[in-house]
Amino acid sequence: MCGIAGIINLIEPGKISLYNISRMASYLKHRGPNEAGIYIDDWMGIAQTRLSIIDLNDGTQPIHNEDNSLWIVFNGEIYNYIELRRELIANGHRFRTFSDTEVVLHLYEEEKENCLKKLNGQFAFAIWDNIKKEFFLARDRVGKKPLYYFYNGKELLFASEIKAILSNRKIHPEFNYAALNQIFTFWTTLSGETIFKNIKELPAGSYLKLEKKKVVITKYWDFDFAIDNELVNLSTSDIVYILKELLIDSIAIRLRADVPVGCYLSGGLDSSGITSLVNKHFNNELQTFGIRFEEKSFDEGEFQKEMISNLKVDHSEVYATNEIIGKFLPEVIWHCEIPLLRLSPIPLFLLSKLVNQKGLRVVLTGEGADEVFGGYNIFKETMIRYFWSKFPESKMRPSLLEKLYPYIFKDERNKANVKEFFKFGIDKPDDPFFSHIVRWNNTSRLKRFFSDDTITRNNGYDPYLALKEQLPNKFYKWDSLTKAQYLEMKIFLSNYLLSSQGDRVAMAHSLEVRMPYLDFRIIEFMSKVPSYLKIVGLNEKSILKKMLKDVLPASIIKRPKHPYRAPIKNSLLNNNLEYVDEYLSERKIREFNLFNPSMVTKLKEKLTKIEDASEFDSMALVGILTTQILYDKFILNFSSAPSSPITFDLIFDRRTINKEKGYLKKNAVLV
Amino acid sequence: MEQIEKLKAFITNNYLFGKEDEFNCETDFLEKGIIDSTGILELVCFVEETFNFSVQDDEIVPENFSSLIKLNEYVNRKLNNNSVMVNQCAESQE
Repeated sequence: MCGIAGIINLIEPGKISLYNISRMASYLKHRGPNEAGIYIDDWMGIAQTRLSIIDLNDGTQPIHNEDNSLWIVFNGEIYNYIELRRELIANGHRFRTFSDTEVVLHLYEEEKENCLKKLNGQFAFAIWDNIKKEFFLARDRVGKKPLYYFYNGKELLFASEIKAILSNRKIHPEFNYAALNQIFTFWTTLSGETIFKNIKELPAGSYLKLEKKKVVITKYWDFDFAIDNELVNLSTSDIVYILKELLIDSIAIRLRADVPVGCYLSGGLDSSGITSLVNKHFNNELQTFGIRFEEKSFDEGEFQKEMISNLKVDHSEVYATNEIIGKFLPEVIWHCEIPLLRLSPIPLFLLSKLVNQKGLRVVLTGEGADEVFGGYNIFKETMIRYFWSKFPESKMRPSLLEKLYPYIFKDERNKANVKEFFKFGIDKPDDPFFSHIVRWNNTSRLKRFFSDDTITRNNGYDPYLALKEQLPNKFYKWDSLTKAQYLEMKIFLSNYLLSSQGDRVAMAHSLEVRMPYLDFRIIEFMSKVPSYLKIVGLNEKSILKKMLKDVLPASIIKRPKHPYRAPIKNSLLNNNLEYVDEYLSERKIREFNLFNPSMVTKLKEKLTKIEDASEFDSMALVGILTTQILYDKFILNFSSAPSSPITFDLIFDRRTINKEKGYLKKNAVLV
Repeated sequence: MEQIEKLKAFITNNYLFGKEDEFNCETDFLEKGIIDSTGILELVCFVEETFNFSVQDDEIVPENFSSLIKLNEYVNRKLNNNSVMVNQCAESQE
C-alpha cells in the first residue's frame, strides 16, 4: 500500500524534471512513510512512496524486469501473488524480490493488459516500457485504490492523490461546477470525474494507454449481473456453501502480509462476521478496533462489547466526541479531496490514527457486504415501492415502509405525509432511476443554495443524463433490485465509500484496509444469484446471514440494521469552531461565489436556533461548508499547502540529456 | 400580515431560506421538494403556535398540508374564516 506518481512526455525528450517528480512524491508521504524511490529517463519519471507490508527488505520500488526494459510503480496488494509467482517461474521468469509488485511486472510482460484479469487484489499501478516507449496505467476492478491524471496533449501526470498532481506549479486547478452538481445529487461524483475540471479519475476496472498523443481508456471489468438463464440454478444451501468457502479463502489470502493484520469491529453483522471467521480459522489472538460515539443514537457500543466478550479479542476503541469530529473536518477534506454531505469519514479518520498508534499497518473490514449481499434499506425501499406501484391505491403496501424506516415514521401523526413523500415516481416503475429517484431528488434540493454564478455555470447540465450515458446496455434488462444494486455499487461504493470512508481516511494515517466481501470472485458469484434469494421478504442479506449463522450469536444476526453515521449539527455548530464561522461568513460565501450568501446565513441562523436539525438542513450545512473548505485549500491557496520532507532510498536516473546536475543524490532530503 | 402571507413567509424562510420564486399557491410541497416528509411537522408546529389551535392527528394529511392553498383553506376552516381565504389566495396569485 503506497503512493504512486509520475510524469510522461512522449512529444519532447528531456523535459522530465527530477524536482517535479520528487515534489509529487512528497505530497504522498503519508501513503508510504517507510521508503521512497524514483525512476527517470528522457521521456518519463515515476515515483513511489512505500508502506512496506510484503517483502519488507527487498520490495523497494520502482522495480524492473530481467532486462531493465519494464519499470513499475505499484500501490496496493495482489492477494494471489504467491500462485501467480509460481506460474511465472514455471514459465521461465526470474525474480529478484518476493514482492507482489514484481509479480505484476512479469505478468504484464507475459500477458500485457490481459494480466489484469488474473489479479485478485486492490491496486493502482503504472508500467513503463522504455524500449517501446509504451505507458500503461491500471486500476482495480471496484476502485479500492485511487488514481488520477492530468493530460494537456503533451504531458501526462498521474498520482494516487490529486494534491500530488497539483504540486506541479504549471497546473492550476479549475473548479468543476458539473461535479458539484453531481455531488449535490448523487452524494459523490460520477465515474471519471473529480471536483477539478482539468483532473480526471481513471475509472475503476479500467486501464489507460497513450496512443498517438491521445489518452485511450479501456474498461476491462464492470459489475455484471446475470439475467434469465445466466442465473445460478442451485439450492440455497449450495449457494451458501460455495460462498462461505469463497469468503474464507478471500479472508485467507487477505491475511497474507509480513506484518500483523487487525480487524475493524463495529458490532454490525458484516464486520462481526469477518472478525469471527478470522478468529475461528486463522488467528485467535486478534486485535480489533471500533468507534464509539458521544451521541447515543449513533453508538453501537453494546453490540461491540458482546462480540468482544464472545471472541476474547484484544479490542481498542476511539471515542468520537462531537468536539473532536468538528475539529478534524478541514484535515479530512484535505485527504478526501471532495466536498462531502455527511461527516462519517471523520470517525474513520480517527480510528485509523488509533490503529497506526497501536503499530498496525493492515486491517480487514466488513465494507462491501451491504452492496454485494443486498443489505441497504434503499434496496428494500425499492422492492416495497415497486410492489406499491403495482397497486398505487393500496393502503397496506406503503405501510411496509413503516417497518423499514421506523425512525422516519416514529411520529404517528405524520405517517400520511411520509408515505406521500415515498410515493414520488411510483407511476414510473420502469424508470432506470426508480430506486434512487426519491433520494436523489431530495438531495437535489441542496442546489437551491447555489449562487447565481454556480447556477449559470450549470446551465443546461443534467446529471441524470450524464449518468444514463455511463450505464451499460444490460442495465435496462435487470430487475428493480439489481438496478438499485448496480447504481449503489457504481456510484456510492466506488466513488464515495471506498474513497472518503475507505482508502483516503485510512491512508491519512498509513493504514491499509482490506475488504474480503469485495473479492471479485464473491461479487461475480453473487451477481448470478437471483434477487429473490438476496432479500427474502424484508429480510436483508439473507444469504450472508446463513453463511455466518454458526460463527455469530443470534443477537448479532437478528439485530436491526444500524446505519453508520456521525452527528452533524452538534459537531459543527456547538463547539466554537472558528473555521466554521469563517467559511460560512457572508464575506467568504460572497468571495468564493459558489453559494447564495443570504440563504446560507438563514440556514445557519435556523440551525443555531433549533435543537434537532432536519436531515436536509444537516446535509446542506456539511455540503456548503466542505465545498468552501475545499475551494479555499485547493483552488485558491494550494501553493501554501504543506508537503512532507522526503528521503529517497532508490533513484534510477537514466536520463541522457538535460540532467539537473548535483540535484537529489541518494538519501537527499527534499524540503 | 395577512394569514396567507404569514404561511408563505414561514415556508419561504424555513424551507427555502428566503428564495421566493420557487412556489405559488398550488405548488405541491412534497412533489416539488419544497418540504420533505419530516418538515411537515415543523409546519404543523408553526400553524398551531401562530393560529392558536390544535391540529388533530387525522388532519395531518396531504389534503391539508401539501400546498399553500390547501394549507390556507385548512387554517381557514379551523378558524371558520372560509370566505376571506378565497380572496386572499386569488390576490396573492396576481
